[in-house]
Amino acid sequence: MDKDIKRLSLILLMAPFALWILLLIIIPHVGIFLLSLREKISYKEFTYGLGNYIEFLNEPIYWNTLLRTGSMSLLVTILALLIGFPVAYYIAKVARKKSKGALFLLCLLPLWVSELIRTFGWILLLRETGVVSGFLQTIGIIDQPVEFLYNDVTVIMGLVYTVMLFMIVPLVSTLDGMDDAMVEAGYNLGGSGFTVLRRIIIPYAMPGIVAGSIVVFMLAAGSYLTPILLGGKNSSWFTEQIYDQFITRYNWESGAAFGFLLLAFTSIVVWLGLRLTGQSLATTVAKD
Amino acid sequence: MKRTVLSGVVAAALLAAGTSANAETLRLLTWGSYAPEKVIEMFEEKYPDIEVEVTFSNNEEMISKLRATGGAGFDLAQPSHDRVHAAQLEYNIYKPLDISKINTANMDQTLLAGVKTNTTIEGDLFSVPHQWGTSGLMADKSKAPNFSSWADLCNPEYQGKTSMRLKRTILLGTAFAMGEDPFAAYSDLKKYQSILDRVADKLIECKSNIKAYWKGGDDLSSMMLSGEIVASETWDSTAYKLFDQNKNIVFIPPKEGALAWIDTFTLPRKGKADDAAYKWINFVMQPDIVPLVSGSSGAIAAVNGGVDLMPEDKRAAVKAAFDDAAIANLKFFANIPPGIEDMEGKTLEKIKAATGG
Repeated sequence: MDKDIKRLSLILLMAPFALWILLLIIIPHVGIFLLSLREKISYKEFTYGLGNYIEFLNEPIYWNTLLRTGSMSLLVTILALLIGFPVAYYIAKVARKKSKGALFLLCLLPLWVSELIRTFGWILLLRETGVVSGFLQTIGIIDQPVEFLYNDVTVIMGLVYTVMLFMIVPLVSTLDGMDDAMVEAGYNLGGSGFTVLRRIIIPYAMPGIVAGSIVVFMLAAGSYLTPILLGGKNSSWFTEQIYDQFITRYNWESGAAFGFLLLAFTSIVVWLGLRLTGQSLATTVAKD
Repeated sequence: MKRTVLSGVVAAALLAAGTSANAETLRLLTWGSYAPEKVIEMFEEKYPDIEVEVTFSNNEEMISKLRATGGAGFDLAQPSHDRVHAAQLEYNIYKPLDISKINTANMDQTLLAGVKTNTTIEGDLFSVPHQWGTSGLMADKSKAPNFSSWADLCNPEYQGKTSMRLKRTILLGTAFAMGEDPFAAYSDLKKYQSILDRVADKLIECKSNIKAYWKGGDDLSSMMLSGEIVASETWDSTAYKLFDQNKNIVFIPPKEGALAWIDTFTLPRKGKADDAAYKWINFVMQPDIVPLVSGSSGAIAAVNGGVDLMPEDKRAAVKAAFDDAAIANLKFFANIPPGIEDMEGKTLEKIKAATGG
């Protein structure tokens, strides 16, 4: 009797989660996968096969865009880590209890407005007649308006700004758990600041670093608005290709294939990253 | 305590049921600014039992949304006249109109006849016109006085000072500027592909001349008003809005002919409020409502004397842009046969991915 009640409550507790996964994640993905195997021969004529995937391989524009998206997202991840780590260390270890909350809030603040508004903010700042260009002219560093928008550097900067919080939060939570005595012991044993960082702090923070990097990489590779609005004439982003296939070319079949390729590609990059750092999902993202 | 909560819930449920039984909802799938708040209020005042719900969209998204549901979810859509035929044949998302329920006496008969030819399939009529306008060029007369052709966007004289939207309009415009007639080539896909290839070469070469591709009316407006660019490919309505703020910025029908579109009223196949839809169509085409819609959209209503029914500032902008010759030279978008979108999409991708500057 008691056992039955336990079982029932477990099933009831798990039901919403299982339904969510099944109805909103698994079934749509199966549908998209089947769609991606359908080839459009001509108007109202279809056959099944790997044609959409083969077309992706045969068309350099597509895989170049995917590689570009992947490498720029990696760069975003690295930059977010380099900037986020000191910030996270400060919040977790240096700042006093009272100011911790305020510092966290400052990191959170940009997420209170939508991605679109944030991107428009960058546009106002960086455009040729914008705030930054105007300021530099006033103080005499440049004598002509300079265009900062519409290039890859702007895209990377905009993305780093957007994803920063998702790097800082996991880092803070792992660093918080580190005993200060470990760092002190490192110094007592004659280690320099760099050695302590390399041999004690980084290995301890590794699960947080990997977890943050995975989230940030996925967010960057899957983002749409920021690269579209800040990017220049040549900067294609892979999500834009997917949108174009679905919406402007009415080619759902190849759009679905592209979606799956993006999923596969990012999964492989994450798997490689875990392999190279000797971590696994169980020790990082799913760490309790 | 429990009782009051329960009775509250019941009351709320009854209330919800009550309103949904009395009121019919008209779900519009239309363009931003085609259904201004004021007009909706007036409509709901005249027909208190109809509630209007508006979703803003564009041609491609309208078709994709209706395709996803097989034509359900909306009661009235407003695709352009060239986008109805192929979408209906391929995806079967619309249903025929009953023209007797629409007051056509006041409509511009040329436009009505044009839309009828474009959207009649096997004897069934699918659309009537609502508003029309053009795509063309705009320039700041004080800085680019001689701007007159699609090809001028690539003129080195305006290096880094022009813009365009990387969509099918610029492909067509460039084709016309090269002396081709892309609409005539629609029937021969091989020939159309060869035109597209040459258009792509031209536009890739032109990339270094362009400052940036604009994506919507807002970024185009701010580039133009701030003087960062002096000329651009544009929708006429955007140019008219800017004319209001800076009289030097005018819409220029290219000498090859401005490209004209007519946005229509078309019923989605599984729409549930046809009568309300007909009421809306007849309501917004009334001479006293037309100025409100035109004022918000910048497009010209397909009624007799549509230009004169525009608000003062917009009318001045139209008069400054078009003379009779330019009107006679309009090139109306031809029906897009299946397959064209894919070819054009590929060409646009090629241009976007090319490293031209």
